[in-house]
Amino acid sequence: MSEFSLWDIVYNLLLAARWTVLLSLTAFVLGGIVGLLLLMVRTAGNPWVVRFVRGYVELFQGTPLLMQLFIVFFGLPLIGLDVSPWVAATFGLTLFTSAFLTEIWRGCVESVGRGQWEASASLGMNFTQQMRYIVLPQALRIAIPPTVGFSVQVVKGTAVASIIGFVELTKAGTMITNATYAPFTVYGCVAVMYFLICYPLSLFARHLEGKFRNVAR
Amino acid sequence: MSLVELHAIHKSFGALEVLKGIDLSIDEGQVIALIGKSGSGKSTLLRTINGLEAIDDGVIMVGGKKISERDTDLLALRLQVGMVFQQFNLFPHYTALENVMLSPQVVKKQSKPEAREIAEEMLTKVGLADKMMHYPDQLSGGQQQRVAIARALAMKPKVLLCDEVTSALDPELVNEVLAVVRQLAEEGMTLVMVTHEMRFAREVCDKLVFMHQGRIHETGDPEEVFANPKTPELSSFVGGLA
Amino acid sequence: MAYKFDFGAIVPHWELLVDGMILTTELTVIGAVVGVGLGIMGAWARASRAPVISQIVGVYVELIRNTPFLVQLFFIFFGLPALGVKLSEFQAAVLAMIVNLGAYSTEIIRAGILAIPQGQIEAAQSLAMNRVQIFRYVVLLPALKKIWPALSSQIVIVMLGSSVCSQIAAEELTFGANYIQAINFRAFEVYFVVTGLYLAMSILLRMGLKVLGNFLFERRRHV
Repeated sequence: MSEFSLWDIVYNLLLAARWTVLLSLTAFVLGGIVGLLLLMVRTAGNPWVVRFVRGYVELFQGTPLLMQLFIVFFGLPLIGLDVSPWVAATFGLTLFTSAFLTEIWRGCVESVGRGQWEASASLGMNFTQQMRYIVLPQALRIAIPPTVGFSVQVVKGTAVASIIGFVELTKAGTMITNATYAPFTVYGCVAVMYFLICYPLSLFARHLEGKFRNVAR
Repeated sequence: MSLVELHAIHKSFGALEVLKGIDLSIDEGQVIALIGKSGSGKSTLLRTINGLEAIDDGVIMVGGKKISERDTDLLALRLQVGMVFQQFNLFPHYTALENVMLSPQVVKKQSKPEAREIAEEMLTKVGLADKMMHYPDQLSGGQQQRVAIARALAMKPKVLLCDEVTSALDPELVNEVLAVVRQLAEEGMTLVMVTHEMRFAREVCDKLVFMHQGRIHETGDPEEVFANPKTPELSSFVGGLA
Repeated sequence: MAYKFDFGAIVPHWELLVDGMILTTELTVIGAVVGVGLGIMGAWARASRAPVISQIVGVYVELIRNTPFLVQLFFIFFGLPALGVKLSEFQAAVLAMIVNLGAYSTEIIRAGILAIPQGQIEAAQSLAMNRVQIFRYVVLLPALKKIWPALSSQIVIVMLGSSVCSQIAAEELTFGANYIQAINFRAFEVYFVVTGLYLAMSILLRMGLKVLGNFLFERRRHV
């Protein structure tokens, strides 16, 4: 049996942690784009679209992330797309992220008062102009702290991707445990690494919250 | 020819009918005051004129052209009809100058220098040349409302709608806003205002429209209407104020 | 060649899914009751004037909230035996859920406590109540009432999160699904149906918590 020093464990986990970061970033950016599109079409107000987006959010918030990943992982091959764990995890987490972000941002858009819509309409602006110049700039300010806060959920969500076989931090932890029989040390290190990624994001979110609470514009 | 003509306007909110067939024409240069108790439909009527409230039945004509509910028609309508709100509704993330410049730039596609020139002119006109770089939350209510007026004027509307523009203001700030409105009236701007300032309405307006229970109950020259109300409702309304 | 769906292949195994749902429900109920209890104590400790206890609870909250539930579960199930703490799959799953929900509910309930107007506490003080009495009679219920929606959402999240307990072979709903698809090779169909079951459970749970909230907070007002 090979000898693993603590440094070997940490080094191998750090290598795997790169994939956790990459998956988180990809899912967060793509999910943000999809979420923004959903927000735009929803705010435009066609009742069928509103119903669809509401159902979409309900579906992703009402089922386990693991099931979402399983369905993507086992479902895409059925329509002829052979997917790697990386693609399935990215796709699944993107959908998951978009549902949560669109819901967070909906609340922010709705907090921009009706008077702002009416005043900009009275000045002859169309929907796109109202969104672009009046509503989104104000909603964004409110949206930044909870959005940063949600990024922590995305990072933690990537751990579930280990179950469909994507080798990121948690999966690497399991593999190293199987080789070293030192689960306490390995999972302890895994937890610390997640903490080192997530805690700064949490602190930043809280800092932003305090900052924006006191400033109107 | 009238600038704006309303024919048989009907509007309900659910089961409540707030406008029960309104006919009104607004001539160029006319200054009209809509008065009446709260709930009489005067604010709703004002908001139908620029399409903020969709009407259930009736016809709105602006410049002889019928306005439908198509979005393009609404936008064209709003280019002709400006509006000032009770709560100002300034955009809090823009300075006073930016508030006024925004719409000329993005809606009318004017160049930045062009928009800026107009915005400065309008802000100067309302007496805020020294507050251009201030954000709304750095301005008093009266100053904010004057920025809102400048913002509406920068679009060069043919008609300006004023919805209780002094109702949200502290008493000592009312006059600075009324002075601006009075100046606009004197310059020949077409104005339709919902107001509770009866003395102001009497002095400035050409035509008084008294609304009661969703209908135009009585209308005429302000001096005359105030001196000799023909209906008991108006006389009790005027009496209640005196 | 198009794939032919065969949802019928699940039917012979329905009992596994029912058993799994029962276990998921057990995990959730125990996790929620004890976890919220832990959260109330945590919030009390955070609001108390003993800085050391408050800081220890603060560290616990941050550690849990900034690491994945799956890693917490693995640490408890695989790691703790190294310290001589050997837990069954079910015990480990329940403990992980309690510890996880305890941290989140500490923060949520604390926010509710901070939202209680100072006047309420001053009034209670001038009625000569001690700190425990003030917390118990004046602060706790209104605070819980205020944050009940947020707490309910967190309980639903923990229920859904329990799906990863299948990874330590706790025999909850996802475990049942994994087992069935290993026998009948109908992974998509099985997970599709089980996703539907989770959705139904989360809707029911949310409704149940709403009813519970009405019972706890609304009726008591008239007593």
